[in-house]
Amino acid sequence: MSVIDRPLAARRRWRIPGGVPLVVALAMGFMALMFVVMIFAQLIQPYAFEHIDLMNRMTPPLPLEGADWRHPLGTDKLGRDLFSRLLIGAQTSMLLALLGTCIGAVLGIALGFFAAHRGGLLDEAIMTLVDFQAAMPWFIIALAILAFMGNSMLIFILIMGLYGWEAYARVTRGLVLGAREQGYALAVRGLGAKPRWIYLRHVLPNISGPLLVQLTINFPNTILFETSLSFLGLGIRPPMTSLGQMLGEGRDYLINAWWLAVIPGAVIFFTTLSMSVLGDWLRARLDPSLEN
Amino acid sequence: MRWVTIKSLRAVLTMWLVVTFVFFVLRLSGDPTDVLLPDDIDQATRDFYRTLWGLDAPLWDQYVSYLRGLAHGDFGISFRNNQDAFQLVRDRVPKTALLGGTAIAIALLLGVPLGVLAALYRDSWLDRTVMGLAVFGFSMPNFFLGILLILIFSLQLRWLPSSGSGTWWHLIMPALTLGTGFAAQIARYTRSSMIDVLSKPYMRTARSKGAGPARRVGLHALPNASVPVVTILGLKVGEMLGWAVVTETVFAWPGIGRLLTNAVATRDLAVVQCIMIVLAFTMVSANVIVDLVYGWLDPRVRVGAGARQR
Repeated sequence: MSVIDRPLAARRRWRIPGGVPLVVALAMGFMALMFVVMIFAQLIQPYAFEHIDLMNRMTPPLPLEGADWRHPLGTDKLGRDLFSRLLIGAQTSMLLALLGTCIGAVLGIALGFFAAHRGGLLDEAIMTLVDFQAAMPWFIIALAILAFMGNSMLIFILIMGLYGWEAYARVTRGLVLGAREQGYALAVRGLGAKPRWIYLRHVLPNISGPLLVQLTINFPNTILFETSLSFLGLGIRPPMTSLGQMLGEGRDYLINAWWLAVIPGAVIFFTTLSMSVLGDWLRARLDPSLEN
Repeated sequence: MRWVTIKSLRAVLTMWLVVTFVFFVLRLSGDPTDVLLPDDIDQATRDFYRTLWGLDAPLWDQYVSYLRGLAHGDFGISFRNNQDAFQLVRDRVPKTALLGGTAIAIALLLGVPLGVLAALYRDSWLDRTVMGLAVFGFSMPNFFLGILLILIFSLQLRWLPSSGSGTWWHLIMPALTLGTGFAAQIARYTRSSMIDVLSKPYMRTARSKGAGPARRVGLHALPNASVPVVTILGLKVGEMLGWAVVTETVFAWPGIGRLLTNAVATRDLAVVQCIMIVLAFTMVSANVIVDLVYGWLDPRVRVGAGARQR
């Protein structure tokens, strides 16, 4: 029996003009904001994120008493502006998640195509690798690798890329096997097209819907993967910062400065939430098998 | 019987792959004595420790003797305090098992009934509320939920202890932190699966036989709907172990996760490897258990597996 996960169809009411449900529109808005931050963080930030101002340490964020307009989200133990740090942290987390998702997607999709195309022993080998990757506690292995390999950005990105590739490979292989025997693929093959041409120009666009859905499932997981490792002090480490690293740092000041942990935590939460909402909506729209 | 053999062979292969992968990656990451010993130590002492920990032999010999040791139940000694690595890990297992077990219980006790209700009252306000909460639940980063709970229940209300593991009170927040995300996922899968099952012809048959709603749901629908949920539970064990490490760190829960973060920080190779093996073993056995439960829930699996081999 296959395992299905049926997202909730959006309610008919509560829609903005254009037919998009309000919740989805909000999620889109938040993700758009995150992408703007990802690209323009350096331009928006009022201070350099590592700028230390020992005269203004631990000021609270704005609505609270003792807040200062110059630091709308307050400052941390070294007087660094939390808003600027949040921008740069969000940029790092988003970039890493995007990069990790893309590496995983390209690797997985390529291997999935390869497995479906070649079949036989190669198919077996790739699918065994898929099973193996799925059976490993990858987060924990990543933790050990990062701790022993030290503070290397390249290794961190590679580990993030290797996270989740097996899902793409499995989905792609299944889809390609199905698509290959369909009329359009047979027709272009009959016209004498080379396999690579058929796969890239004809099969890939046709199976892109489910792959996109897989991407929206994978992206929030990758964000959580990065932020968790950084939270444990093993992913992004000072002087660089990411949302998880900020949260891990802020955790030590829960008693007197709860916002240092809560603000970056809330940004992580809203990012994964928005992405999940978008993913569900896309899935309900793109996957006809879920309709009934 | 062949089905069981193939499953166990696969399990052993997976274990071996994890052990091998971890062994080589960790060995290739540099000489542990560089980190463990002071910089200004003389070469003779360094060599002494390298010999003691078996780091002087060629990599391949180290690997072979490591595997040989494993076969005899020898997991090596901790580089830190010369204790038996397996002993160190074993002492922590009950704590993590308690935390994980409670979290799974929470996930099932919360997720399954909510999922069933959502499916029965599909598209009602109840369904929307449950599914809305589920999206919140599995989008919530574990460490953030833990910190929020500490802020509210330990620092504000002062009801629950924020760290440690002395009493049952200590268990509440870590188990909730670890359990809610999975409860959300299980609620979703239970709902999907129930919706599928409820539209099956045998449900109509049950109804026409005159079976009441409780009997129909409890006896006819739920066992069938639980098959995919059990599968998911098995697939999520690895993820759960990862989250357990984070949760244990947040709440200073003295389980395997804490041991791992400490061992990793001090580069205690033997302990890290031992933990990896124990965790891989946990995952592999969880999958075997899932396969068995699967066969028990769905007799077609057993029959099907037998038929294919003939």
